[in-house]
Amino acid sequence: MFGIYLKRELGRRKKAALVIALGLALGIALVITVNSVSAGMTQAQDKVLKSLYGLGTDMTVTKARSAPTSGSSGRPNFQFDAGSNDSDATQSSDRVMTQGGQALAAGVVTKVAAQKGVSGAVGALTLNVTKVDGSFTQGKAQSQSGGSSSQGQGGPGGQSGGSTAAPQVQGGGADFDVNSYSVAGVDVTDQTLGPLAGSKITTGKTFTATQTDAKVAVVSKAYAKENSLKVGKTLKISGTKYTIIGIATPDSSESTTDVYLPLKQAQTLADAKNQVTTIYVKATDSQQIDSVKTAIQKNIAGTTVTTSADLAETVSGSLSTASDLATSVGKWLSVAVLVAAFLVAALLTSSAVSRRVREFGTLKALGWPSRRVTRQVVGESIVNGLLGGALGIGLGLAAAYTVTAISPKLTAQLGSTGGGGMGGGPGGGGPGQQSAQNTMEIALSAPVSMTTIALAVGLAVTGGLIAGAMGGWRASRMRPADALRSVS
Amino acid sequence: MYRLTGVTKRYTRGKETVEALRGVDLTIEDGDQLVIQGPTGGGKSTLLQMIGGLDRPTEGSVELDGVDLAKISEAKLTRLRAEKIGIIFQSFNLIPTLTAQENVETALVPLGVKPAERRERAAEALRSVGLGERLTHAPAELSGGQQQRVAIARALVKKPKVLLADEPTGNLDESMRDEIMALLEGLWHEYGLTFVMVTHDSSIARRAPRLATIRAGQITLTEQQPQQEPLAQY
Repeated sequence: MFGIYLKRELGRRKKAALVIALGLALGIALVITVNSVSAGMTQAQDKVLKSLYGLGTDMTVTKARSAPTSGSSGRPNFQFDAGSNDSDATQSSDRVMTQGGQALAAGVVTKVAAQKGVSGAVGALTLNVTKVDGSFTQGKAQSQSGGSSSQGQGGPGGQSGGSTAAPQVQGGGADFDVNSYSVAGVDVTDQTLGPLAGSKITTGKTFTATQTDAKVAVVSKAYAKENSLKVGKTLKISGTKYTIIGIATPDSSESTTDVYLPLKQAQTLADAKNQVTTIYVKATDSQQIDSVKTAIQKNIAGTTVTTSADLAETVSGSLSTASDLATSVGKWLSVAVLVAAFLVAALLTSSAVSRRVREFGTLKALGWPSRRVTRQVVGESIVNGLLGGALGIGLGLAAAYTVTAISPKLTAQLGSTGGGGMGGGPGGGGPGQQSAQNTMEIALSAPVSMTTIALAVGLAVTGGLIAGAMGGWRASRMRPADALRSVS
Repeated sequence: MYRLTGVTKRYTRGKETVEALRGVDLTIEDGDQLVIQGPTGGGKSTLLQMIGGLDRPTEGSVELDGVDLAKISEAKLTRLRAEKIGIIFQSFNLIPTLTAQENVETALVPLGVKPAERRERAAEALRSVGLGERLTHAPAELSGGQQQRVAIARALVKKPKVLLADEPTGNLDESMRDEIMALLEGLWHEYGLTFVMVTHDSSIARRAPRLATIRAGQITLTEQQPQQEPLAQY
C-alpha cells in the first residue's frame, strides 16, 4: 500500500513534485559543478606543484644561499685568449654553477630520511651550465702615417699605443654563442622521488641503479629537439662526454630541466663532491606532513622545508583567483541555493500536507498510526528529493562536462617568496631562487568523483528528509477528528 | 456496549471557550441503532467523535466494553479504532488517487493484513455493496452513491463491532439516499452491528428505534416505534 499510495500521490501532484525536485536539482547541480571545478583547480594546482617537485614528493629540504663573500661575486667568470686576426679557431668554455640554494652535505639526506614520519628522501643537485663558444680575435692597429701596423690588444675600437699619429684598430672582435641550460643530478638508486619523477621516459630508457657514476645522460624532449640530440648520441658538458640513453617528457610543460645526470657525475661537474642542493622527501602519511616538516626543521638546523601547501601559496594568476572564487563564492553560493531549495521543499511539502487534512484525518480515523502517516509523507518527500538528486546529478554532470569540453585556460604564476626558501625543483632552483615569476598555462577540467556523486545523493536524501520531516511533523499533529471537522 | 457518563467537551476558540457537550449520559447496547439529530452546532458531530474515539472528552468517560476511551493511550485508542470502529463520512472521504479496491484496503492496513488477503477481502466487501464491477475505478469515476458504497465497504471490511455514520446521505439525492439507507439497514441486521448515525433527515430519523436529540450540548433520548415504510432494495 505504501508504494502504491506514494506513486499515485506523486503522480497526482506532478507540478508540485517537479517544483520541489527542480529546486533541489538546482542546488545539487551547483554543488556538483562547484565541487568538480574545485577538484579541477586542485588538479591544476597539483600539476603546477608537481612540475616543481616531481611526482610523489611531499616536501623539499633546502638551505638558503648565503650572501656572496667579498672575493667572489657569485657570477660566472669566463676567460678567453684573443687569437690572431686570421685565426679561425673557436674557443669554448662551460661554466657550471649550482642552483637551488646553498649545498647540503649528502649526509643530511640520510638524516632527513631517518626522521619520524619520513617514508623516503633523496638528494638532487641542480646545476646551471652556461656554455660560451666562439672566436675572439685581436684587432690590427694601423698607423695612419706610416702604414706600419702593429697588433694590439683590444677589441674593435680599442687603441694600441702609437708614436706619432694615433693608430686605428681594424678587424678583430668576438663572435660568441652563449647557451645556458639546466642539469639535474639524480639519485639513480631511487627515481620515484626527485627531479625525474615528474617525467616519463618516452624514448630509450632511464638510469639503472648501477649507473651511479656512469657517463650517461637523459635529456628532456624539448632540449633534445632544440639541439638535435638523440638516444645514442653524446653530449659534452664541461669537457666530459655523456652518452644519451633516454629522452624524458615531463608531465608538465613547466619543467625546465634540460639534462639529467647521475648524481655523482653532476657533483663532479660542479666540484661539489657529496653535496646536494635539494632533498626530496615523501611522508609516510599525507596527514602528517606538517609534523614531519616541524621535526626536520627542528632536528636539522639551518634548513628550509617547503611543503606543497607552502608552494601553493606562491601560486597566483587566474588559477589562484578562480580557485579562491570556487572555494569562497562558489561554496557559499552552493550552500545558499541548497538552503533555499531545502526551505522551498519543506514549505511546499508542509503546504501540501495542509491541503490533505481530510485525507490524513480519514486515515487516522481508520486506525492508521501517526507514524504510518508520517512515513507516507516522508516517503513522498524522499522520492521527490531523489528525483531532484537525479536531475541535479544530470545537470551537474552536464555542467562539469561542458567545463571540461571548453577547457578554459588558466594561468598560474609561481611567484618568488624571496630568500631562496623554496626547494629546488627540476629546472633549477625553484621559484625561491628566481626573482622573475614563471607563468604556466593550464587547461581547467572539472572531474566528477564518486564522492561528489555520493554527496549529491546524500544531499538529495537530506533535502527529502528535511521536507518530509516538516510535512510529517504537521501530519503527525493532525487529529482524526479533523477528518470530520473539515466537512462539518 | 457503550456507556457515556457526564461527557463534557469544551473547545477554546481564541479567547472564547465553547462547550459543545454538557454532561452527556448515554448508554448504547450492543446491536442497537441510535440516530442523533439536532440543529447545526448543537454537538452532534462532537458526540460522534467521542463515541468513535476520534477525540477525548474534557470531562467524563466514554466506555466501550468497559474500556474508557478517554483514558487509554493514543496508540491503544488508534488500535481500537482500527479493530472495532467503522466510520462513514458525509463527504465519503475517499483517497482520490486510490482505486475503489485500494480505498477499501486502507482499512485493513493498520491491522497488518497481508496484501493478498487484503485485496481479496476488499473485493468481497465491494461485491457485498454491489460494486463488484468497479474495483479498479478511481473515486472520480464513480457516482456519489457509488462512492458512498465504497466508503461503506471500507467501514465494514474489517468486520467492526460499531458502525458510525456522519450524515451518510447528506450529499446524495433522494433516490440514492434511500438506496444507501436500505443498504446500511440491511448490513446492520446482517452483521449485528451497533449502529450510530448522525442525520438531519427526519424521515431517516423516524426509522430508528432510539433517537437522541442534541441541543446546546445537552442530549434528550426518545424511544420510538420505527417506521417501516418501504425503501429501495440494494
